[in-house]
Amino acid sequence: MKPPAPYRRSAAESHPPRLYPDYKSSVKRAPRHALVRVEQTLSEITGPSRWRETLWDGDADLTHANGGEALGERIVVTGRVLGEDERPIRGALIEIWQANACGRYAHPSDQHRAPLDPHFTGIGRIMSDDRGEYRFLTIKPGAYPWGNHPNAWRPNHIHFSLFGAGLATRLVTQMYFPADPLLAFDPIFQSVPDEAARDRLVARFDIDVTQPDYALGYRFDFVLRGRDATPMAA
Amino acid sequence: MARPTSSQTVGPFFSAALLREPLNNLVPLETRGERITIAGRVLDGDAAPVPDAMIEVWQANADGRYRHPEDNLEARLDPNFEGFGRAATDANGAFRFTTIKPGAVPGRGAKLQAPHINVTLFARGLLNHLNTRIYFPGEALNATDDWLQAVAESRRHTLIAKLEDAPRARVFHFDIVLQGKDETVFFDF
Repeated sequence: MKPPAPYRRSAAESHPPRLYPDYKSSVKRAPRHALVRVEQTLSEITGPSRWRETLWDGDADLTHANGGEALGERIVVTGRVLGEDERPIRGALIEIWQANACGRYAHPSDQHRAPLDPHFTGIGRIMSDDRGEYRFLTIKPGAYPWGNHPNAWRPNHIHFSLFGAGLATRLVTQMYFPADPLLAFDPIFQSVPDEAARDRLVARFDIDVTQPDYALGYRFDFVLRGRDATPMAA
Repeated sequence: MARPTSSQTVGPFFSAALLREPLNNLVPLETRGERITIAGRVLDGDAAPVPDAMIEVWQANADGRYRHPEDNLEARLDPNFEGFGRAATDANGAFRFTTIKPGAVPGRGAKLQAPHINVTLFARGLLNHLNTRIYFPGEALNATDDWLQAVAESRRHTLIAKLEDAPRARVFHFDIVLQGKDETVFFDF
């Protein structure tokens, strides 16, 4: 039996450095030793994949909760999960969480003085389909202040967590919105060294994704690590 | 070729979405294997607890087989074991998993890896998630495991859980230390 091919290593400029002092929380939490470089094994090429039972009805629609409609601007967020070879990744688990239209999370440690919306919980979960596509209906999240530096504000964003085919493709990231003036001041967004890579974290407004008379539409694709051409050395 | 999407921090507000169901007990009653508890804390550079981290574990079953289509080895699948778990840290930075001790899985060539649990760590302040492994004390295969051997001997102890003196269950203690003298070894693969 031929061993499975490992995943390609990511180029350093694609991801933030571990220590990025402008983002204060990284200072005491980023490891200071270099990571120990190792070759992938079956442990990293495999990963959890049986998600179907964790999905609930309505997990792709965040605009209704507790018997009512959420406040705010309705948006469709859709796109594809791809490998570096641009082939679709089916069955990827996609989990999202976000602030409400006022910039407040339904989370006990969010102390921002903005109202909670009883009809918005801000969480969603789906699997990509056979074409690698996913689609959420949600509310455009508000910006909110945070304690990183004086007058710090997070740009509008949605958190995404993805599981591809193997542990090596695990991704947690954030999706931003086009032409947001706060992006220039946000150390989390700016921590990605490569400008083109930062731009890829910004969704694209797409008139074809909008639902006339109902919701605006944004398109956002994910690219997970792809395979090396050669199988693992035996 | 498309370029991979960049990582961003999980932030402090993930729990409602990512921990909607309790996922830190990996073993229904019928699971084969030796039941163990993994317990530990996540600590920052001031040795202060990290109360808003999430730990994911992924492991093989007692026979050393992963529940995944690319693991098509001879070892038996266990219908009562998925091998995936998630836990958040509490106010003391503590986390806990109930699971079974994994069997040895193949490494490169004909060589077996030492039994281990794969750990992925997420937290506010971590712009990229971190990967480490929990190994077990007293395993003969630890002496030949490729990943353990890739680590300087002075740091290897950070990867080996400590068996606690617990009367009933086998409890392995494993702290994840982000900075300082006993900084945990994290891997790049």
